[in-house]
Amino acid sequence: MTASDRSGLAAGPVPARREMPGQARPAGAPAPGRARKTVSLYGLTFSLPMLLWQMIFFLAPLLFLVALSFWSVRNFRMEPDFNPDNWSRMLGRSVFWEAYLRTLLLSATAAIVTSAVAFPASYAIAFKLSETARRWAIFLMVIPFFTSYLVRVYSWQIFLSDNGIINALLAKIGLGPFPMLNSNFGTMVGYLTLCLPLVILLQLFSLIFVDRTLVEAAHNLRCGRLRTVFEVVVPAARVGLTIAALFCFILTFGDFVSPLYLGGGDPPTLSILITDTTKSGQQWPRAAVVALVMIATLLVIAFAAVRFAYKERGR
Amino acid sequence: MSDFNRSAPVEWGLRAYLLLTFAFVFAPIAASFVFSFNVDRFPSLPLGGFSLTWYQQVAADPLVWEGLRNTLIAGITVSVLATALGFGAAYTDFRYNFFGKSLYLALALLPPTIPVVILGLAMLAFLANIGLSGGIHSVIIAHVVMCAPFAMAIIRLRLSQMDASLEAAAWNLGASQWVAMRHVIIPFCRPAIFAALFITMAVSFDEFAVSWFVSGLNETLPVKVLGFLQGQVSPKINVIGTFVFLTSMTLVILAQILLMKRSTGGKAGQ
Repeated sequence: MTASDRSGLAAGPVPARREMPGQARPAGAPAPGRARKTVSLYGLTFSLPMLLWQMIFFLAPLLFLVALSFWSVRNFRMEPDFNPDNWSRMLGRSVFWEAYLRTLLLSATAAIVTSAVAFPASYAIAFKLSETARRWAIFLMVIPFFTSYLVRVYSWQIFLSDNGIINALLAKIGLGPFPMLNSNFGTMVGYLTLCLPLVILLQLFSLIFVDRTLVEAAHNLRCGRLRTVFEVVVPAARVGLTIAALFCFILTFGDFVSPLYLGGGDPPTLSILITDTTKSGQQWPRAAVVALVMIATLLVIAFAAVRFAYKERGR
Repeated sequence: MSDFNRSAPVEWGLRAYLLLTFAFVFAPIAASFVFSFNVDRFPSLPLGGFSLTWYQQVAADPLVWEGLRNTLIAGITVSVLATALGFGAAYTDFRYNFFGKSLYLALALLPPTIPVVILGLAMLAFLANIGLSGGIHSVIIAHVVMCAPFAMAIIRLRLSQMDASLEAAAWNLGASQWVAMRHVIIPFCRPAIFAALFITMAVSFDEFAVSWFVSGLNETLPVKVLGFLQGQVSPKINVIGTFVFLTSMTLVILAQILLMKRSTGGKAGQ
């Protein structure tokens, strides 16, 4: 089993089946061999729609962002232009760089905290539950994907506000009130709400594929419980654990709901900058600058994480 | 397995931790359900008393109905389009090898990894530039981009359970490619196709960020919720949340049942 198999990412497509010698061919289809290379109406009917749709409505908009970042705005109207002004304005502002650092820090913290919170849970599901119980646990972890994230964030406001549920309970035992809303703590609770189920599932799928005999061997050699976890299980599941943390980073990096409605939105994160700049007036070119910087950052982080995940173990 | 590293406290500790994790994940979902029936405007404990006030208010709100109408139109259209695109791409991946295939697959599967704010801004700017922004069709265009990869993944998984020689056998028996598609491939994929329809519909129902950017005045229900969130405390959010939750769960459970059939069918075939 290769490392990529163990990541457990279902998205990875299975290699297409091989052409077998002497395989049948459809009636009316050209002879095999070179035949598959010829473009047929039949093949295009199935392959082309996705290609066209994603080129026109996914790739083109992203490329258009690059052009847009050089447009200029005059009298509240955008005009095609080749004007580096937006770049120098945005990148010359301390507000931008503060937001950049803040976002980077928040997302990195979220990736670490979420991974740490998720790991004991996914470990318990993978190693301590029966087959049936595990299936239920997975089903339960999928449910949150189909509840509204907005509604869950609103719900957390009810829990965390100064006279909310948690502070009301704490007051009964004579504690508090603790301000929890509009702080980094609030943002983090929101990020956990967003990412925890996904991170648990991704970790779980790599832990399930950890070779049980390795664990047993470690135990037989009188390797302690914690040591087994950190020196056998974690390295064996590294790909999945890293990919899970990466997904958490990506999701939180682009989320504007938690930092705004649980974190207070001041100082803003990059995603809040984008929504503010876009919705207040016609400063889309500047928002495009922010978006492109975000994409560049994410590419670098994703590349580094994937390299780390798949690098050969140095021992 | 040796008993050397087993200890009851650790086992129970891990289980308790797991329960706590589930509690954290489900607390907000349960709270919005409970508080949607609470009579008080400002939620607090103990509960104020059972009431359907907020449900009545939501039902009487024309904005909610308008949002629901837009959500339904978008959701149904998106699920059909995204599933069709996803089926085509999954079948292409299953049957063909061609130059640039990995690029093709990347393009088909990448959209969910792009942060929604960026996707939203890019869509808004691009669609506005070609005169397609600000309508329910803009939401549909954007959601198909986001949902088609899910449909493709679901149907691709089903295809990977199919014996490749089935299609070849149909050809041997004189079926054209189109006939084999209609009588072999599509029937085999039917459960996954329905699952993809439901899952993409559920994804579209909940999507708020990109819709918020591109929808203009034709807001969908989740975008209305975002609006409520910006205003003052409103238990209406709980009502809408509960409603959307029940709808999505119905769709997901339907999809799950279909996929269960799939896995038993797959076993029988082996």
